[in-house]
Amino acid sequence: MKNEIVLQAQNLARHYDVSRGAFKSPAVVKALDGATFNLQRGKTLAVVGESGCGKSTLARLVTLIERPTSGSLNIGGVDMAKLSDNERRKYHKRVQIVFQDPYGSLNPRQKIGHALEEPLLVNTTQSKAEREKAARDMLALVGLRPEHYDRYPHMFSGGQRQRIAVARALMLDPEILVLDEPVSALDVSIQAQILNLLVELQERLELAYLFISHDLSVVHHIADEVMVMYLGVPVESGSRDTVFEDPKHPYTQALLSATPVADPFKEKRRIVLKGELPSPMNPPSGCTFHPRCSYKIDVCPKVKPEIRTVGQSLVACHVAKE
Amino acid sequence: MPLLEIQNLSVSFLTAGGQFKAVDGVTLNVEPGDIVSIVGESGSGKSVAMLALMGLLPWTATVTADVLRFDGKDMLTMDKKTRRSIVGSEMTMIFQEPMTSLNPCFTVGFQLTESLKVHKNMDRRACNARALELLELVGIPEPQKRLSAFPHQLSGGMSQRVMIAMAISCNPRLLIADEPTTALDVTIQAQILDLLLKLQKEQDMSLILITHDMGVVAETAERVVVQYAGQQVEKQEVRGLFSNPHHPYTSALLASLPERSQARKLPSIPGVVPGQFDRPEGCLFSPRCSFATELCRTTPPKVASHEMGRALCHYPLAEGLPVGHPENREAAA
Repeated sequence: MKNEIVLQAQNLARHYDVSRGAFKSPAVVKALDGATFNLQRGKTLAVVGESGCGKSTLARLVTLIERPTSGSLNIGGVDMAKLSDNERRKYHKRVQIVFQDPYGSLNPRQKIGHALEEPLLVNTTQSKAEREKAARDMLALVGLRPEHYDRYPHMFSGGQRQRIAVARALMLDPEILVLDEPVSALDVSIQAQILNLLVELQERLELAYLFISHDLSVVHHIADEVMVMYLGVPVESGSRDTVFEDPKHPYTQALLSATPVADPFKEKRRIVLKGELPSPMNPPSGCTFHPRCSYKIDVCPKVKPEIRTVGQSLVACHVAKE
Repeated sequence: MPLLEIQNLSVSFLTAGGQFKAVDGVTLNVEPGDIVSIVGESGSGKSVAMLALMGLLPWTATVTADVLRFDGKDMLTMDKKTRRSIVGSEMTMIFQEPMTSLNPCFTVGFQLTESLKVHKNMDRRACNARALELLELVGIPEPQKRLSAFPHQLSGGMSQRVMIAMAISCNPRLLIADEPTTALDVTIQAQILDLLLKLQKEQDMSLILITHDMGVVAETAERVVVQYAGQQVEKQEVRGLFSNPHHPYTSALLASLPERSQARKLPSIPGVVPGQFDRPEGCLFSPRCSFATELCRTTPPKVASHEMGRALCHYPLAEGLPVGHPENREAAA
């Protein structure tokens, strides 16, 4: 069934207490502060942003590794925030994650077959033979050979390891796959192989992807919807074509113009942002982007902009116009 | 006279499994004021070639070359003392990870003035003044305060600016930037690239930019060298490289970029870069090449003409078609 919403997040927030030593009260870092989005079956939502924008916190919330500080997270119509740990465990099977670093995310002392079977061992009551068959089928599905079943992670290249990581995430037949920078550690020629695999798997298994990346060219290739984040807040979201062709938020515009394009003939006007990302411990007042923004008006440092509809996208900016 | 002249540079490492050739026959000329980019995937030997030039490789490495000359001086026969007087002052390098390249135990000011003390013999006062000037030049706000800061107090972008300031402190004639922006965010990357290009113009340096990012190449370089498995497979002007690549590897690499593809399925290159134990006999790219013939698999190719981008290929591409390829010839006949 297409267009079925499998996950709904409303004002999702996660704050962390950070100790500042024995004599000061702990500071609060708003790693994620109010994200609202939907994931659809068979579709990809890409989350774009620079380091410290809350992308990975979002991944941890969606995969139920952490509980949100506030806001609601609905999977299959059930609010995860209200469930006890035991009840939440049932939903772990429906959301799985692939991490960025294929070298660090596999146990070097575990054979690939066992790594693949482990989710089944923990979560199901299948027999050994059933588990082995499932693992071997999965190897074939992600484009690995049957003899890889008995090998150790060090015998694989980066691209193959990422295939294994994808395979392991798919063992429990999830509905949602969170991909946290899945190709950024890979070379370009291998990156294309993995992207193709992800597209193919999505078509075949009707997976919903939450694709986290900082690489806009990859996002442009794979995403259906795009959400741009800055310092824990989504600043613009919309369909891929609207966001890429007609960005409304000044940050999205700068991000797009700063991304190098592999075309030496193209005339480029690069909007170079002044300054660095502010520390999330001490974010700027009002609109968090205002110290780096070239369209700043009087109201920006005072009032935090609400998300509103501009054209076809949702934008959090006082200045953005149709 | 070229500023840097490298001919047939090879580097091999002594490993437990025998000698491994990481760089194989690299030839490169850099004129004063040039911007040359070396592109390649991991393991293509792009960093190792430049580290060999700087003399920064461990003892397990054997460096051989026909010619290795910087500013007319032979780097091969040069004694260590003379080499050290060049490296760090006239020829400097910026590394990929700014956060780990700075010594966490010393202040920015100390590390910045170190090379000035050694190479320029400046006194403390002059050093400090120059350090301030440098930090300003690379666009660090409140430079006075930053001099006494420790590396952990700086962000990634700031650290990379400090690294650049260190590299240009003695007015080098050649700056080698090894993946200077790979560890940085996109908006910071844009700032750093702009800074490097600005400094290159102002100081009239030559710049060798090592990268794996085709986007960065397209926007910064003038000449490009493509490396694969330690060999130079193609050399071209940047525009020619992107519009008419001559080596099948370059062509396939460009095609596999998501931004250059319209289709949902990307044209990927099958297989992986050969390692130490599975090096093919003939052309190193032949197992992954869609045009490979029996000849490619058995005989190492020769370098093609300058018009063909000096492609290391039996059938270099012209407008996407392999020249002299048996199938192509049949189709034409």
